Amino acid sequence: MAAAPLKLLIVDDSNIIRRRIARSPAVDRLAVVGAAANGVEAIELCRATNPDLVTMDLTMPEMDGVACVEKLVAMKPDILILVVSALSDKATAVEAIRRGANGFLCKPFTDRQLDEALAELLAGH
Amino acid sequence: MVTEAEIRTFVDGATHYFAIAANQPAAIGSPYLVTEGLPAVHEYSGLIGISGRRQGAVCFTAPRAMLMVLLMRMNETDTSEANMRDLIGEVANTISGNARRDFGADFVISVPDVHTTRKGETLPLPVNIRSFVIPINWRSHSAKLIVCLD
Repeated sequence: MAAAPLKLLIVDDSNIIRRRIARSPAVDRLAVVGAAANGVEAIELCRATNPDLVTMDLTMPEMDGVACVEKLVAMKPDILILVVSALSDKATAVEAIRRGANGFLCKPFTDRQLDEALAELLAGH
Repeated sequence: MVTEAEIRTFVDGATHYFAIAANQPAAIGSPYLVTEGLPAVHEYSGLIGISGRRQGAVCFTAPRAMLMVLLMRMNETDTSEANMRDLIGEVANTISGNARRDFGADFVISVPDVHTTRKGETLPLPVNIRSFVIPINWRSHSAKLIVCLD
């Protein structure tokens, strides 16, 4: 029997980006279990859907992505988090990784870049 | 005051955005300083407040027709008003966020504040700081990136 696809939660305050990631060929092999518009929603959805993998924006209202990464990792230490953000300075990427993220993809991105970032994340774990 | 090198950062950001997100490069016009009053804007504007080491705002402003085509280029079928507003904010956020590669992490950007305006209306930009306007031409449409930093 084939293994169940890994469950993906998409977190971004932009509906366009959430939909863009959800319909990307890069996530064809994953099961999208939810989409959240901020960190607070993401935590609720994480509890409800138990995702294996999260794409996480950083600049969001209510609770930003860096704070959310830390909370998700505390809730579920084995969760894989790919930060997908326009914040392209090195210090932000380093801080996100320090808080528990596993990878960083800078916006704007192509389908191929998203595919490569997800593949790299999954290959490493 | 914004330096020529800093303007180059935003020009590069706008160029990069259209090349990647729309898969079709934009032509960037000559940036100019607004010497009197506030810059004119298009129907939709995404305003990013800047704090930290610099104070001010960065704004991407575009007409509805351009946003419609941009959404279609992104394979987005939902061209509702909500998605137009979402897109204008996302473009402003992405170009401003990318500028941190050069400005550093203490170039702090807010979440986008989206405005729809009629002809002749202006945005709540800082009145004590002069704005640079970077014209962006993409397909047959014109937009602007407004950089208003101390």
